[in-house]
Amino acid sequence: MIKLENMTMVFNPGTVNENTAIRNLSMTVNKGDFITVIGSNGAGKTTLLNLISGSVFPTEGKIRIQEKDVSRTPEYQRASFIGRIFQDPTMGTAGKLSLEDNMNICYKKGFKGLKISLNAKRRKIFQQALEPLKMGLESRLKDNVGLLSGGQRQALTLLMTVLSHPELLLLDEHTAALDPRNAEIVLELTRQFISEYQLTAMMITHNMKHAIEMGNRLLMMDGGEIIFDVRGEEKQNLTVEKLVKKFHELRSKEFATDEDLLAR
Amino acid sequence: MVEGILVDGLIFALMAMGVFITFRILDFPDLTVDGSFATGAAVVTMSITGGLGIFPGLLLAFLSGAAAGTVTAVIHNRLKVPNLLAGILTMTMLYSINIRVLGGRANVALLRVDTLISRVINLGGSVPREITLLLFMIIFTGSIKLLLDLFFHTDMGITLGAMGNNEQMVISQGVNPRTMKVLGVGLSNGLVALSGAMLAQYQGFADANLGVGIVVQGLAAVMLGEFLFRSNKIGMLTLQVIFGAILYKALMFFGRYYGYYINLTPSDLKLLTGLLVIASLVIAKSRKNKPVNSSKRGGGTNA
Repeated sequence: MIKLENMTMVFNPGTVNENTAIRNLSMTVNKGDFITVIGSNGAGKTTLLNLISGSVFPTEGKIRIQEKDVSRTPEYQRASFIGRIFQDPTMGTAGKLSLEDNMNICYKKGFKGLKISLNAKRRKIFQQALEPLKMGLESRLKDNVGLLSGGQRQALTLLMTVLSHPELLLLDEHTAALDPRNAEIVLELTRQFISEYQLTAMMITHNMKHAIEMGNRLLMMDGGEIIFDVRGEEKQNLTVEKLVKKFHELRSKEFATDEDLLAR
Repeated sequence: MVEGILVDGLIFALMAMGVFITFRILDFPDLTVDGSFATGAAVVTMSITGGLGIFPGLLLAFLSGAAAGTVTAVIHNRLKVPNLLAGILTMTMLYSINIRVLGGRANVALLRVDTLISRVINLGGSVPREITLLLFMIIFTGSIKLLLDLFFHTDMGITLGAMGNNEQMVISQGVNPRTMKVLGVGLSNGLVALSGAMLAQYQGFADANLGVGIVVQGLAAVMLGEFLFRSNKIGMLTLQVIFGAILYKALMFFGRYYGYYINLTPSDLKLLTGLLVIASLVIAKSRKNKPVNSSKRGGGTNA
């Protein structure tokens, strides 16, 4: 469904700050894949999502969504295929707008005309959609989103993104800024929504346990490359120990100690 | 006297609503206003004296303001210039254009010609002209306010509301933020020009310097309005702006009227306006620091 072909991303080319974030990376995301992405800081995970969503354009290489070359398509146009959730819970919603206004913006993607579509029927739909979150938000449609907690806000963002039926859901460590309890709730909702709506998703996480437990495919990134791509049964049988061992096998020449996996 | 302040304030409120859209909703501090206010006055004056008619003139004034706003937004969008600079550029260019529109003069009178204001006064018959005018301006500004409220209930209007708050969200929902900026800044300056057009008819002349410093006055009005009450409903917010505009005009009136006791001259009013804005900022800041009232409560990453 989504194909990356020989993608390279160089930031600040030709300067002392030159940094190759993605190195000649090729991969295919198949419909129905739920991919977890792990890797140390600077491995290129977020840049990979940025490239797919279109907030940066690749230095070299192509990206195709359903066979269509979108390498230079601006982010807002790709947004009709892609739903993205950021680490920062405030990025997905407008805090000064009410819950219903926020949900209305996200209900349908693309250009917004002069129609007044927020009516009683729409509110009903929103209330019903909010109920499964079990956060009591269904009675707070008129409240500003800025009044919600980070966990509530991220759960709302997730719900709104899912309601717009994206072809691909990108999750960029979307629970990392939450406290453990809320992180668990949002993660559980993620799992639930993805299976319920049969979404294709890519999730970056720093939690190896989550990466192993969730999804049908796992990518390990390092130095702007995918060094390990495992799926299906092989992934089912992974453990954190095996994963760490695998990392050392793959990068044994470059790294000598355990710390490198986390420190770099 | 009271009627005069109210009429003044209601005309001024149209401009303040424009400033409200850019500064408060779009988070796009737009200085085009200083130029487009006079553009509106100039366009309507020349339309009326040139025989085009009052209503085509008002429409043209609105559109010319919207065009000026569009120029600012496009400069900002295409050349990646900060919005402040883009506004200053357009404002400066507009000064020359306004004089061109006024036929090379800095000042054109609208006396002894039929204007919307004179027509309304005639319509009132034996009713005192101040009362007629006041009623008319309440209806005029009120209708514009209601239209604006309606617009901000549409999908487009709601999305515009999200722009100043969270541009990334708007992008993520498949909307081009550049288009929204053009729309917002255009609409804002259209209102500003309409306000200028009404003022020119009210005071009986258009002046190329009419708009100097007006953006700060508009901002003062918006801030004064925000002290009156709190709400997150657009209808209440635009009402705040109208009340703020009237309050501002009243303050300035008293500044002019009683100011001479403490040696104030009319030229000191801009200084007063600036101080008013600063004072509002200080008060707003100290309010925000109180945790209970803070709108950011619970937001952020420390949930």
